[in-house]
Amino acid sequence: MNVLRVDLLFQIVGIGIFISVLNIVLKQAGKEEQAQLLTLVGVVIVFLLVIQLIGELFHSFRNIFNL
Amino acid sequence: MEIVQVVGFGVIAAVSILFIRQSRPDIAHLLSIGAGVVIVVYVLGYLRMVIDVITDLALEAEINTIFLRTLLRVIGVAYLAEFGAQVCRDAGENSIAAKIEFAGKIIILIMAVPILMAVLESIISFIP
Repeated sequence: MNVLRVDLLFQIVGIGIFISVLNIVLKQAGKEEQAQLLTLVGVVIVFLLVIQLIGELFHSFRNIFNL
Repeated sequence: MEIVQVVGFGVIAAVSILFIRQSRPDIAHLLSIGAGVVIVVYVLGYLRMVIDVITDLALEAEINTIFLRTLLRVIGVAYLAEFGAQVCRDAGENSIAAKIEFAGKIIILIMAVPILMAVLESIISFIP
């Protein structure tokens, strides 16, 4: 049976909170460049998760509607 | 009880997006896309059952399967185009959303041409 995947949501929320906390810490320590790179890496990781999910959506659309 | 799951998921997603948006608006936007896709993937599993029932009924009634298949493809293209347009509109790109809807309409029109020709041929055969 299909399940609603709450774990993916919590994964993305966790990455977001983690990145913002580490960003604050790095900015307090005066390391602006590392904070910028950390933001970029966080966005890329979340983007990879969402891209996989969208790929799954397209796959199931193709299966169901014979596209 | 599935609706309870979906509503709970939506409320949790909305509150987390509200929470994340203050510090990281970009991740909040990706999170909203992800939550929407999770709900759609969940509902597509049930939609598959509905479509199986409709296909069985059409086979029982001995309707030409080409028509049903074209109808299902049109429904799929319409759903997918609507979804993509909504995602673009959420990101504030109204013009790209309008173009996606336009492309969906054109592709549906191309898919519907064989049915249109069949209807026209049957009408012409009625005329003596």
